[in-house]
Amino acid sequence: MSTATTNPSAAEPASGRKAPAGERVADWADGRLGIYGLAKANMRKIFPDHWSFMLGEVCLYSFIIIILTGVYLTLFFQPSMGEIVYHGPYEPMQGIRMSEAYASTLKISFEVRGGLLVRQIHHWAALIFLAGMFVHMMRVFFTGAFRKPREINWMFGFLLFVLGMFTGFTGYSLPDDLLSGTGVRFTQGAILSVPIVGTYISMFLFGGEFPGHDFVARFYSIHILLLPGIMLGLLVAHLILVFYHKHTQFAGPGRTNKNVVGMPLLPVYMAKAGGFFFLVFGVIAAIAAIATINPIWAIGPYRVDQVSTGAQPDWYMGFAEGLVRVMPGWEINLWGHTLVLGVFIPLVAFGLVLGAIAMYPFIESWVTGDKREHHILDRPRNAPTRTAFGAAWITAYFVGLIGGGNDLWATHFHLSINAITWFVRIFFFLGPVIVFIVTKRICLGLQRRDRDKVLHGRESGLIKRLPHGEFVEVHEPLSPGQLHTLTAHEQYRPVELGPEVDENGVKRKISPVQKLRAKLSKGYYGEGNQIPKATPEEYKEISEGHGHH
Amino acid sequence: MSSQQIPEDNLPVVQETAHGAVERSDDPFADPGLPAHQPRIQDLDERAAKRSERAVALMFTLSMLATVGFIASYVIFPVDKIVYIWPFGHVSALNFSLGLTLGAALFFIGAGAVHWARTLMSDVEVAAERHPIEATPEVKAQVMADFAAGAEESAIGRRKLIRNTMFGALALVPLSGVVLLRDLGPLPEKKLRKTLWAEGKQLINMNTMKPLRPEHITVGSLAFAMPEGLDPEAHDFQTQMGKAALMLVRIEPDDIKDKRQRDWAHEGIVAFSKVCTHVGCPISLYEQQTHHVLCPCHQSTFDLSDGARVIFGPAGHPLPQLRIGVNSEGNLEALGDFDEPVGAAFWERG
Repeated sequence: MSTATTNPSAAEPASGRKAPAGERVADWADGRLGIYGLAKANMRKIFPDHWSFMLGEVCLYSFIIIILTGVYLTLFFQPSMGEIVYHGPYEPMQGIRMSEAYASTLKISFEVRGGLLVRQIHHWAALIFLAGMFVHMMRVFFTGAFRKPREINWMFGFLLFVLGMFTGFTGYSLPDDLLSGTGVRFTQGAILSVPIVGTYISMFLFGGEFPGHDFVARFYSIHILLLPGIMLGLLVAHLILVFYHKHTQFAGPGRTNKNVVGMPLLPVYMAKAGGFFFLVFGVIAAIAAIATINPIWAIGPYRVDQVSTGAQPDWYMGFAEGLVRVMPGWEINLWGHTLVLGVFIPLVAFGLVLGAIAMYPFIESWVTGDKREHHILDRPRNAPTRTAFGAAWITAYFVGLIGGGNDLWATHFHLSINAITWFVRIFFFLGPVIVFIVTKRICLGLQRRDRDKVLHGRESGLIKRLPHGEFVEVHEPLSPGQLHTLTAHEQYRPVELGPEVDENGVKRKISPVQKLRAKLSKGYYGEGNQIPKATPEEYKEISEGHGHH
Repeated sequence: MSSQQIPEDNLPVVQETAHGAVERSDDPFADPGLPAHQPRIQDLDERAAKRSERAVALMFTLSMLATVGFIASYVIFPVDKIVYIWPFGHVSALNFSLGLTLGAALFFIGAGAVHWARTLMSDVEVAAERHPIEATPEVKAQVMADFAAGAEESAIGRRKLIRNTMFGALALVPLSGVVLLRDLGPLPEKKLRKTLWAEGKQLINMNTMKPLRPEHITVGSLAFAMPEGLDPEAHDFQTQMGKAALMLVRIEPDDIKDKRQRDWAHEGIVAFSKVCTHVGCPISLYEQQTHHVLCPCHQSTFDLSDGARVIFGPAGHPLPQLRIGVNSEGNLEALGDFDEPVGAAFWERG
C-alpha cells in the first residue's frame, strides 16, 4: 500500500506454495477492509473476569434475542386498528369485534406453529433486557465504573435504559388488548396534563381523539424501527467504547490502574461470551415454554368503556405508575386554564428521578475535582456516600413500584389501600433518607472491618489459652496480596475553602457554588465520612511491636 | 463544571508500583505482582482433560438431539393440543415441547462452550498495558494547528456574511420537517368538550342495546348506557364511547346530598360520566351501600350520593353529571350534553 510498485501477491509466496483457503479469504478481505490491523489490536484483547461483568452481556444478548424474535413476529402481525369479527379457532372469542392487531396476535398465539413461543420469548426477553440494564447500571454505579473516561458511555447506557422502557411500552401496546389499551389510555390522560401543548400532542399522537384508528400503526413504526434503530446505534457505540477504554477491573495483586489483567478474547472470551449468549437464549426459551406471559386471549380486545381490575404495566413502568397513583389530585384553575398538577408533577418527577442517576457521574467528578482516569473499580464500601446515594435512589424507585401495585398489595396482603398510599407518599421521601444513613453506616462499618483485618489479621476461629489463663482468638496475618487488595483504594481529602481573609487581611470572595462544593466534599470525604485506611507505619508498629494475637 | 481551583495535592496519592516488581520492599502493602498460575487438574492429568473433552462433546451432542426433538415436536404436535403437565397445569403441547427443546439446544451449546473455556483453554492471566485516552500535547498541538489552518483556508471567520447566512439556512431547514408533522392529527378545538349526548337522546342500555326505562334501574345496581344512534359497528364507535360512556345508579332521593345533583336526576336515578377524571379509565366498581364508585386503574373513588366528589385517590375533580328525564314513551333521555368536559383534565379545560 505504501509503494506504487506491484506487491507480490501474499497468497502466492515466492516458493510457489499456495496459502490455505482461509488465509486467502482473509487476505482478500484485508486488502479491502484492513482486517489484519483490526485483528492485531483486538483478537487477543485482554478482558478481566468478574461475575458482575456478565450483567451487561445479559443485556446485549437479550437485545439480540428481541430483534431476532421481533423480526419473526412482524411477518404475522397486522399493525391495523381496522375492526373485524373474529372467526378463528379460539372459541371464547368467536363473533367478537376486535382490531386486526388483536386478531393477528390471536393468530400468532393459536394458529402459527411456534408463534406463541416466539411471542413469549420476545416478551420475556424484553423484561429480562430491562431488568438486566437496571442491574448492570447499578453494578457500574456502585463500583464507580462511570468515572473518567467512561462518563459518556454511562450516558449511552442510560439512554439505552430509557429508550428500552419506551420501546417496551410501545411494544406491549401493539396487541390492542384490554390491558394494554388501558395503559395507552392512561398515557393519553398523562399527555393531556402537560400544560399548554398537552391537547395538541395528544391529537397529533393519536391522529385525533382517543383511541382513533392510528395509534397501533404509529406505535408499530416507533417500536420496530425508530427506537430500536436508535438503540442499535447507541449499543454499537457503547460496545466500541468498552473496547476502546478497555474494561475496568477490581484491585488485586498485579492489577493496577495502568494495566488490564485477564484472559484474551480469542479463545477464552470468545467461548465464554459466545457460549453465554446461548445460555441466555436457552434459559429464556425454556421460560417461554413453561411460563405464560401477557395472555392477551384471556384479557380480551380493547374496549374504551371496559377495564379489568388489577391492571398493571410491565415492571419497568411500575415506578412511574406508582407516582401517578399516590399523588394527590391537585388541579389549579386560573384564568380559564387548568394546571393538572396531580398528573403533571408525577410525570416531571419520573424524569427527575431518572435524571438524577444519569447526572451523578458529573456531580461526583465536580465534587472531587478529580481529572484522572480511573480503571480500578471501587468496592462499594470504600465510597460510602456514593453507595448510600445509590441505595437511596433504588429505595425511591422501589417505593414507587410498591405504589404502582397498590391494589395488588392491598388484595394480596389484606392491607388498606389508604394505608399503602400514605406509606408510599411518606416513604418516597423518608425512605431514601433512612436508607442513605443506614447504608453509609454499614459501609463505614465494613471499612473498619477491613482496617482491622489489615492490622490484626484474619480471625482464624482457633481459641488459644495463654500461659496466664487468658483465652484469645488466633488471628492469621494476611498474605501480601490480600494486604495490597484491602489497602489499594484511594481516599480523597475534602476540599478546603482556605482562610476567609487573605494575607493582607482582605476578605476573600468565596462564591456560594464553592461553598456548596466544599460542603459536599466534606460530606463525602470529611471526618467520619470515611475511615482512614491502615498505613504501613501502623501495620509495622503492630506487627513488629507486640506481635499477633 | 468549574473545578480548576482544586490543588493537585488534595487528590490521593496513587501507589506507583510496577507490575510484578516490588519497588518499595519496606511497604507491607506494596503490590506483590500477579500471583503464580495455579494449574487445574486438566493441566496436569491428561485423563481429566479427556473427561472434560467428553463432557463438552456430550453437551454439543445433547444440543443436536434437542434440535432434532424441536423439529419432531413441530411435526408431531397439532397447534391446538392441550395437555396436562405437572406442575404447570394445562399447557399447549406444541409450545411446551418447542420451547424446552429449543431451550435445551441453545443451552447445551452455551454450557459446552463455557465448560470448554473453563477446563481446557488456557487460564493463564495476562496483563496488557493501558494507554491514556487523552492525546499527547504534541498530537493536540498538531490537531489545533490543522484545525486553525482549515478554518483559515475556509475564511469562515473573515467572511461573516457567509457564516451567518449559512447558520440561518441550517437553522431554518429543519422547520420543513416540523411543518410536515402538522397533518398527524387535527387541532384540539372544542373536541374534548363535546360528546354525543344532546337533548332528547335516549339512553341505550349497553347490555340489551334497548332504551333504558326508569324501572330497569333498581336500587343498588349499576347500569351502563350509551347515546341513542351510536352503532357499535360504527367506524368511530370507540372514539365516541371514550367520551359518552355513562353509568347510572338509583339512590333514594333523600340520600342525595347535593341539591343540583337531585335536580338533574330522575326519581333518584343519577347519570354520571363513566370516564374517570384522573386519566380517563372507565370506572366500573360500585359499592352499593355507600354509593362509592372506584376506578380500578388508580383507585380514584367518587361519592355518587354527593355530586360524585373525589373522596380518595389521584383524581382532581368530580365526575360530570348528565341531566336526564323521561320522554313521552317512558324511556330515559338526556336533557342536554354534559356541562363540562368529561375525562382527564387538560390545559384548556378551565
